[in-house]
Amino acid sequence: MAEHESTAMPPVSGATALKLTDVRKHFGKTEIIRGVTLDVRKGERHAIIGPNGAGKSTLFNLISGRFPVTAGRIELDGRDITGLAPFEINRRGLSRSFQITNIFHRLSVYENIRCATLYALGYRYSFWHRLSKLADAAERTEHILQRIGLQHRRDALAGLLTYAEQRALEIGITIASGAEVILLDEPTAGMSRSESDHAVELIMRVTEGKTLVMVEHDMSVVFGLAHRISVVVYGQVIATDVPASIKSNRAVQEAYLGTTFADA
Amino acid sequence: MSRTLRFAPYNVGRWLVWGLTAILFAILPLVFTKGFAITLLSQMGIMIVFALSYNMIFGQGGMLSFGHAVYSGLGAFFAIHAMNWVGDGLVWIPISLIPLVGGVFGAVFGVIFGYVTTKKSGVPFAMITLGIGEMVFAAVLMFPGFFGGEGGISTDRVVGEPFLGISYGPAVQVYYLIAVWCFVSMLAMFAFSRTPLGRISNAVRDNPERAEFIGYNTQRVRFLVVVASAFFAGIAGGLSAINFEIVTAENVSALRSGGVLLATFIGGAMFFFGPVLGAVIFIYFAVALSEFTDAWQFYLGVFFVLTVMYAPGGVASLILMNLRVARFGLFNRLWTPYAKVLAASAVLLAGVIMVVEMSYHLTLGMSMSDTVSVFGIDLDARGAMAWIAAALILAAGGWLFSLTRRHFMDAWGGVQTMIEDRIKREQGA
Repeated sequence: MAEHESTAMPPVSGATALKLTDVRKHFGKTEIIRGVTLDVRKGERHAIIGPNGAGKSTLFNLISGRFPVTAGRIELDGRDITGLAPFEINRRGLSRSFQITNIFHRLSVYENIRCATLYALGYRYSFWHRLSKLADAAERTEHILQRIGLQHRRDALAGLLTYAEQRALEIGITIASGAEVILLDEPTAGMSRSESDHAVELIMRVTEGKTLVMVEHDMSVVFGLAHRISVVVYGQVIATDVPASIKSNRAVQEAYLGTTFADA
Repeated sequence: MSRTLRFAPYNVGRWLVWGLTAILFAILPLVFTKGFAITLLSQMGIMIVFALSYNMIFGQGGMLSFGHAVYSGLGAFFAIHAMNWVGDGLVWIPISLIPLVGGVFGAVFGVIFGYVTTKKSGVPFAMITLGIGEMVFAAVLMFPGFFGGEGGISTDRVVGEPFLGISYGPAVQVYYLIAVWCFVSMLAMFAFSRTPLGRISNAVRDNPERAEFIGYNTQRVRFLVVVASAFFAGIAGGLSAINFEIVTAENVSALRSGGVLLATFIGGAMFFFGPVLGAVIFIYFAVALSEFTDAWQFYLGVFFVLTVMYAPGGVASLILMNLRVARFGLFNRLWTPYAKVLAASAVLLAGVIMVVEMSYHLTLGMSMSDTVSVFGIDLDARGAMAWIAAALILAAGGWLFSLTRRHFMDAWGGVQTMIEDRIKREQGA
């Protein structure tokens, strides 16, 4: 992934898509997230990096409502979503993927995607519609299958896919509702170089025009993809900036002892 | 698009299956005309509705309930009271529509109890259903005014003027009433599994956490599915009230709840038609086999354990897997191993049956004589000869089975590998 791609400034409007204000999370007596404040602009691709155990995934779990926050405030498009259940947050236009593949393993690839389109298309808990007659759900499902490159596997059981295919399906489920804000948790985890390049291409394609926040370990992926990067260390954001500035940031370099970004 | 083309033959097949089912329901009593056969068929029809309703929450929704008889049983109580009110001239409902009364009250209790049970999922859900089952059973005995105490509530289904000559006096008329309700309920439950809510209940079964992140309140999904399932269970209850003309506390008991779980699992919870097969097998054991032997529950238990251990997908999956082998034209490789293992199983089974029947005969001592008839052969349950023979047959069967089983498993495994390779090649191409 060529690095110069990210140096072009994002088509951001300046409006805030996601805003965290002094968010804190305790597990028992341990404070895992220690006052995170973060602004993600509309249309931006924002990467969250940091050492293992820094609290990146926890931060995602707080934003998406998987865990309740201990203190602080989270806003989506200017509306407070703090303390809402995951399904309520999802209905307001925020969708997330998981680091450990989290799919409907006994449903086909097609059904996995279609299920993820239903609520957003207004079918909710309907038992008076026939699935096979829902043209809009079928159309959107086809579209997503095509974008994630799994058309030929449509009838396969999700549990029987290869790892890379399951990762693609994971992203497909995440974007199927048409959410404007997408959170991807280590989408390239456990992938080979070529698989990872492929995944980055896929992510660029499917999140076009949307706001993307992603946790990522692979520095080449991060610097190739992100407009801005936030570095989380020990439960706090120590820097948020464009990739070039993050690279030369002293505090960041200290946090990544022994790692030089030049390698990436 | 090519999609519609691809699915067209499939839908034709579906019409064919439903059409044949309807024809089968219509002609069965013409083939099996004996009174006992009609009774058997009627009970199978009721059990099919009950088992399919159970599978809406179990196989489709991933909720293991130990108290499903609560919905069918309470539905049955209200249905039988409705019939008595009709008899007393208090209300006017055609007997043909009485199952609907059962269904409505089943759903009402689905709302009440489902609200409590579906607050949890997994093991806590199972525990709560068990508790509610016990609670309702106790309550039924506590209020004899409505539930009739130990004796239950009885009725006479022949009330009012016969409509087009249908009085529901003869058993065959009741059979056809059950057949119609069974067919309509099967269609409705099948249709339910093809709706957004039905499919999302599969998603919640597979991965409740992810379902929350695609916009679904999983508790709401479970609740709605339980209510829908309770409605159909209530219909089964209403049908049983008409069929037996009596409803007792046994109708809401854990025995019934366990029975429907057994039937559903034996048939195959992962397939829509699995519970249909399970219901037929279960009723065959409970009604037909019980005519021949007191040990029918023992055999049913053994059958259930073997299913759980060796065919967790139930009879339906066994059928589908064998059909797959046939479709790939590989059955010729299995004939010999099948014949051998089945012959060995027959010997083993004969030994087991001899031992079980003689043991039952001795311990239960129902008859004065010492002879017990097994397969038309009189055995002296107190004589050493019969026991020696049984032991020899059992040992021989066990030995033969262990020999042939390995051979069969190898052949079976080989065939499955070949099929999977072929599928992979086709997909790769």
